[in-house]
Amino acid sequence: MARISLKVNGKSRVVEADPSTPLLYVLRDNLSLHGPRFGCGLGQCGACTVLVEGNTMRSCMLPVSAAENKSVTTLEGLGNVAHPHPIQAAFVEEQAAQCGYCMNGMVMGAKALLDKNPHPSVSDIKRSLNSYICRCGTHLRVIRAIQRVSNSSVKA
Amino acid sequence: METKSISRRDLLKSTGVLVVGFSFFGTAARALAQGEGLSVDGMDPTVLDSWLAISKDGTVTVFTGKVELGTGVVTALAQIVAEELDVSFNKVYMDSGDTDKAVDQGVTAAARTIERGGVQLRQASAAARQELLKLASTRLDSPVDKLTVTDGVVSVIGSPSKKIAYGDLLGGKRFNIKIVAAGVGWDMKVAPDVPAKNPKDYKIVGKSIPRVDLPEKFTGEFVYSQDASVPGMLHGRVVRPATSISAPASIDESSIKNIPGVVKIVREGTFVGVVAETEWAAIQAAQALKVTWSEPTLKMMSGPNEVFDYLKNTKSFKDNVVTNRGNLDAGFSQAQKKYEATYYWPFQLHGMMGPPCAVADVQGDKATIWTGTQGPFRTRDSIARMLNIPPKNVHLLYREGSGSYGRLESDDVAEDAALMSRAVGKPVRVQWMRADEHAWDPKGPAQLTTVKAGVDAQGNVIAWDFMDRSFPWSESDANPLLASSQIGMKPTGAGFLNGAGGGGQIYTFANQKVLAADIPWVQQGQWPLRTSNLRAPGDLARVFASESTIDEIAADQHVDPVQLRLRYLTSDKRISEILVATVKKAGWTDRPSPATASTGDKVTGRGVAVANRANTMTAAVAEIEVDKTTGDVTVKKITLGHDCGLIVNPDGLKNQIEGNVLQAVSRALLEEVQFDSTGQKNLDWNSYPVIRFEQVPDLEIVLIDRPDMQPLGGGEPSIVPVTAAIANAIFDATGARMRQVPFTPQRVLSALKA
Repeated sequence: MARISLKVNGKSRVVEADPSTPLLYVLRDNLSLHGPRFGCGLGQCGACTVLVEGNTMRSCMLPVSAAENKSVTTLEGLGNVAHPHPIQAAFVEEQAAQCGYCMNGMVMGAKALLDKNPHPSVSDIKRSLNSYICRCGTHLRVIRAIQRVSNSSVKA
Repeated sequence: METKSISRRDLLKSTGVLVVGFSFFGTAARALAQGEGLSVDGMDPTVLDSWLAISKDGTVTVFTGKVELGTGVVTALAQIVAEELDVSFNKVYMDSGDTDKAVDQGVTAAARTIERGGVQLRQASAAARQELLKLASTRLDSPVDKLTVTDGVVSVIGSPSKKIAYGDLLGGKRFNIKIVAAGVGWDMKVAPDVPAKNPKDYKIVGKSIPRVDLPEKFTGEFVYSQDASVPGMLHGRVVRPATSISAPASIDESSIKNIPGVVKIVREGTFVGVVAETEWAAIQAAQALKVTWSEPTLKMMSGPNEVFDYLKNTKSFKDNVVTNRGNLDAGFSQAQKKYEATYYWPFQLHGMMGPPCAVADVQGDKATIWTGTQGPFRTRDSIARMLNIPPKNVHLLYREGSGSYGRLESDDVAEDAALMSRAVGKPVRVQWMRADEHAWDPKGPAQLTTVKAGVDAQGNVIAWDFMDRSFPWSESDANPLLASSQIGMKPTGAGFLNGAGGGGQIYTFANQKVLAADIPWVQQGQWPLRTSNLRAPGDLARVFASESTIDEIAADQHVDPVQLRLRYLTSDKRISEILVATVKKAGWTDRPSPATASTGDKVTGRGVAVANRANTMTAAVAEIEVDKTTGDVTVKKITLGHDCGLIVNPDGLKNQIEGNVLQAVSRALLEEVQFDSTGQKNLDWNSYPVIRFEQVPDLEIVLIDRPDMQPLGGGEPSIVPVTAAIANAIFDATGARMRQVPFTPQRVLSALKA
């Protein structure tokens, strides 16, 4: 066990954890941030995605020690139901989920994409999200939600 | 139904402790229902108060044994209640899947929730409305037929100032009346004699009301079963290799002594699990624990071919004849042309995104379980049997898990958590790892289907002999689930039939037999080839076989495949209507297959298929491209027609259809469980690929709404015809007939050479 300093969603947090613990379990169990989800623990599905210094990372594979003093953004850092981020609002508008278990990855992947490319084509979106799995088959709605953000004037 | 302005997480924060099991519904409403009429089978369905409560402020709380699985069905159920009671949608709260509060309405499965559970709630609501109008008639001194209801306020027609609200009529008290309820589970008939509203007057049913659960699912505020947490909770992981298992010969405890925080190795029968203080410690310990397993008594099969040989050569224990018309021998003797082929369907995974997770707290002879089961009462009862305590002593609180498509009818993880909690005397949260779920998912069974058909000199189909051979679901009925089986509980039955739909019984042929044979299967459950219901069980394979055969006959007779189907789709006009509407939307032109237009390495084709799943009619047109050099199939577009009677929520239905179609494309092109005598081989998403964004086709949906009909299921019928439509499109493009799923490049190349 060690004391590890993290910057999560703009706040400094100190956790007691085994430094080898993947960031996912620290976020979920120590900090009660349940946006990032366990899907495979192998970096294959994307359900655990967070932004580290603005880049998407699979938190199930990233030791917490590697995130020390870096800026981590989780789904909760984007917005909440009362004050949703434009991407989250667009996903609601398009009803772009079924069970929603993979949606953390979809929203965080969309955030990273739109930060780099505010007006992606459909093939840009498909390529960018190809490493995120959805088993319910909501892909077409996710694409429409991202296009909705891209077409609006609101900054994502 | 309320989109909560205060999130559950905010409530949690305000109480200062993390607890699950609190209700975010009004405590008054809870008090109204709790403790009254609770029997061994949940709340008494003949007591109206078991179904719903109305608080003083007019809030309606519905207690239902039906649960949200991610399909939006609880939103649709709330629409049905709001409509029947004439209250606005946002006044209806759904309290779902709590075995101490709900009536047992059966499992949430088989796309029966709207069709059966929805009608139960509609009739309970109609009975409540009738009682409320009776009370209002006395209070307002006016006959019932002079009363009208607007958003939960009863007023006298023509004298709008004479009015009283539902909440004031009851004054926060119970209804205290009995209603008729006969039968059990989803077959229960509730208040059947109470007249329900005329669908012509519907204002809420039929609207695309946004789902109440979705906003929180995009922000991390939603509480899944994976997020359930109680004070003092420990973390458990199971230890199950991906092969047949038997009792451990030895366990080397020293193999995990360097992992801090391990609390206990739980061993009982063949069950092995690890409990630790943190999730990471439990994961590491389960991976590192050195277990020497004794030689399993049940040998893994050597591979899919051995399974198909077994299906072919093993005598069935039950032959389910669903159609038997005319005289097959006579039909075949008159046939001028005969067709015969065998079709192969592999074991496939449900493939939940989130491995299952449950929290159990077993204390003495009582247990509390938080889990994502499709059958709250079924899981409650299986845990009671396993722990040998009365079902009433198990309190199950439903927490939605990952989308499950049938998989969480067999709620294995809740049993794992209960065993481990009993062993340590503390609440334990267990989540399966990815390899656990890939290996121990009770799979959709393999199927072997043979179709023989005969056509006379005029081109009429005069003989049809269809036989599907499949395994029953080993995880069904009262059979023990995995952990129960591991501690020595024995199966009680042969398992539930893998369906019998889709064998061409939609057509009327002069001489016709459709048979689904049950081949006996291993019921012990301690190997990866355990079986259960996978979305529209068995129908995909049977429709693949029957609709490929029809297509083959049409091509051979040089008839357009839609025209040939329409000749024999005479039993129900809804099915011919959905076929015609779908091909029209797809821009279908009348011609026989195969196409002759496309040349070169990349060829295109179109295919059609039609199906009836539990009286919901579907038709699919697939447009595909085949690369003849590589064997790659690209699905370009699917047009899907759907008639499920009365539509409750059109956008919710479209969402279901989209998901079904994409899952169908995935299962048709990519999915097959691989194994050999040493165990299952595909234990992650790389070795068991599913559809990804770049493989997603365009999709067009055709809905036929029938407000004069009952609502039927929408959760799975549209997955059924897609495989056959793709196979027929491959034939149209290439002239090669696919007989085995999935249509991998290798199989396409061999079909091209055949």
